Amino acid sequence: MLAVIHTLQEFMTRTKGIVYLLILAYLIGFPLWWRFLNRNNKDD
Amino acid sequence: MSISRRSFLQILGLASAGAALPTTAQAAHGEFAGYPDSFAVLHDQTLCVGCRSCEAACNEVNNLPAPDRPFTDLTVLDEMRRTSAGAYTVVNRYRDADEPGGPIFRKLQCNHCLEPACASACFVGAFTKTPEGAVIYNPSVCVGCRYCIVACPFNVPAYQYHNAANPVVTKCTMCYPRVKEGLLPGCVEACPMEALSFGKRRDLLHLARERILRHPDRYVDHIYGELEMGGTSWLYITGVRPEKVGLREDLGETPAPEFTSGALGAVPMVVGLWPVLLTGLYAINKRREAVQKRNLTEAVEQAIGETQAAADRKAAQTAEKFKKDKEAAVEKAIQKALKEAEAARPKPPEEDA
Amino acid sequence: MSTDTGTVTTPEAAPLPADGGSGTPPRRGILTPFNVIAGLIILLGAWLTWQRFTGGLGAISHLSNNQPWGVWIGFDLLTGVALAAGGYTTAAAVYLFGQKQYHAAVRPAVLTGFLGYALVVFALLYDVGRPLRLPYPFVISPGVTSVMFEVGACVALYLTVLFLEFSPAPLEWLGWTRLRNFMIKLTIPLTIFGVVLSTLHQSSLGAMFLITPAKLHPLWYSNYLPVFFFVSSIAAGMAMVIFEGTLSHSIFRRQVDPAHEEEHHAVIFGFAKATSLVLMGYFGIKVVGVAVSNNWHLLGTRYGLWFLLEMLGFVALPAFLFGVGVREKKLGLIRFTALLTVLGIVLNRLNVAIICFNYRLPAAQRYVPSWKEIGLSVFIVTVGLVAFRFIVTRMPILHDDPAYKDAH
Repeated sequence: MLAVIHTLQEFMTRTKGIVYLLILAYLIGFPLWWRFLNRNNKDD
Repeated sequence: MSISRRSFLQILGLASAGAALPTTAQAAHGEFAGYPDSFAVLHDQTLCVGCRSCEAACNEVNNLPAPDRPFTDLTVLDEMRRTSAGAYTVVNRYRDADEPGGPIFRKLQCNHCLEPACASACFVGAFTKTPEGAVIYNPSVCVGCRYCIVACPFNVPAYQYHNAANPVVTKCTMCYPRVKEGLLPGCVEACPMEALSFGKRRDLLHLARERILRHPDRYVDHIYGELEMGGTSWLYITGVRPEKVGLREDLGETPAPEFTSGALGAVPMVVGLWPVLLTGLYAINKRREAVQKRNLTEAVEQAIGETQAAADRKAAQTAEKFKKDKEAAVEKAIQKALKEAEAARPKPPEEDA
Repeated sequence: MSTDTGTVTTPEAAPLPADGGSGTPPRRGILTPFNVIAGLIILLGAWLTWQRFTGGLGAISHLSNNQPWGVWIGFDLLTGVALAAGGYTTAAAVYLFGQKQYHAAVRPAVLTGFLGYALVVFALLYDVGRPLRLPYPFVISPGVTSVMFEVGACVALYLTVLFLEFSPAPLEWLGWTRLRNFMIKLTIPLTIFGVVLSTLHQSSLGAMFLITPAKLHPLWYSNYLPVFFFVSSIAAGMAMVIFEGTLSHSIFRRQVDPAHEEEHHAVIFGFAKATSLVLMGYFGIKVVGVAVSNNWHLLGTRYGLWFLLEMLGFVALPAFLFGVGVREKKLGLIRFTALLTVLGIVLNRLNVAIICFNYRLPAAQRYVPSWKEIGLSVFIVTVGLVAFRFIVTRMPILHDDPAYKDAH
């Protein structure tokens, strides 16, 4: 499905692209997780 | 025993996910071999006579503006030149005619690296290493930050500093549109001395090795661009040390993207861990403050309690003493009253004798 | 800490700022020396702007194909970002490390940070060839392999964070209480996010030069460049808090309320001690950098002497002087040392971007900025100073607004 990667540049484009998307997801998920942890007891 | 539909679909899914994972081309050296059939240019520096025909052809093929001094003017070679906004390629003279050995020349242009620093550095992805070998530039996304120029170890890309409206980065394109049509790059076609050869990179490497083997007295035993900066698609064989014709020998073989991959790799680690550490630190501090506050409150309450208890005890003692004093006083009063009553009682009349 | 009760107080009890806390400065003649000079600089800036956008970069700069980055990148961007680091360091100290005694320094530091980053973006509008395309990496064509992509993303996000952190002050000035209270609630997550973003882009500004081993002098080029830039940014930020704080408290003394004045000394001494520590650590890792690349022999060259000047005169010396100033309680020495530290950071960033860059080029081809380039930088800084003055003389930065007692 995905093309063969010939160069380091292509490889890094692929991997860094995925990493940035993961970072985006994490930055959204982290505060949500924190809220989940503190839901029952006193809020900060 | 038949397989359930669910597990069959699961296996299918895993198999296609596995097939979808990117694979890397097998490598001759390093992990990435590049495009197998890409083209390159071999510049045999010993054949260059500094006629500047390549410069003229490049100018024509790319519709560049006419230069201040015509390409037939060879006095420009008195100075070292570099590529510029109007000149994708220049020829330099590295030894004068009157020096022993005579003048030597070299053509300089973009080396179309296998792992271009410009492509790695560009934050809008304006540069692409094509399968044909050319590194091409997309002016429609370029923001004009010039990081590519900073990054290029060969000092090749140039900028239109005097264009206010649509400045672009300029460099040799290996005549990519012509190559796609099966034509030769303009400079290769124009060179009267056949100092430039165009072909598959691996073929040109063989050709270069062969020439060096056949004429060991004529060439330095080194193909410049085979390994430099991870390899380039513009190869040079020279009659003198590459340094002497402006080809830096201290660039190393590390491809440009590798220089920044470590720093870039640290980014997700910081993003992943810093929030955890800092939130944890904040929570620990808050907890410590809350505990301190509670301890303080408790200590104050206890102190108040003790003070209160002490006061109560004292009050009770005082009350007790007061009571006793009162009782004593009452007792005393009673005694006194009794005495007085005793004294005041009329005596029984006594008989006169 | 604050003793304001929100009611009208008599001067003997708790004097409000001379403007009565109403947010408008006292009336004065408009042709003050600062206003005249700033006005002339702004006129010069307007003229240079016109030239830049009608004649291209070449019309006002000496930027070239060999030296594509000059003072606008070396000073306005690299140095500006480093000196604006006081925002994240101060906020982290107070809100994450529990150093509540430095609370008075937060708003001025955040303001300096916000204006600093805003000026960086402002300078970029001049430096890049197609400023209207600045959003392209994020919306049209991300170059994810580029360190500068990450710098750009972080700076854009961090500018937003700083703006949000700064927003309670203008909101208090405008009296928009509900929005202000909401923004205050965001302080902790914004601070955390700010530290993450700052770590990333401060280090990545150094990482940008990792791709130039052929061009940056070996005494400044190192695989540790990101660490060097990050650690020095902490020192730069704290030194700026001291430097800017001492200037503000004297120039804008009418804006300072007693609580802020009192805390100011704690800030000066506390930050001086911390900066001394950081500078010492920075010096140590720089020595490690030389050792790891085995470049001791370069210290005897001309560039080597320049390196020693930067390290000994502008890193080791201020580290030591801060220590003396804290131990002997010498405020004047600390102020001087803060300025020395700031200059050292300026020197380091200029060294990396300009002075020690292209070290292999013959002297005749080396870059010297044009007076117009310098003029534009001066113009940009002046705009920042004017904005700073406007905000500090109207909004609760150096004093608390008595209507908002929970500022602590």
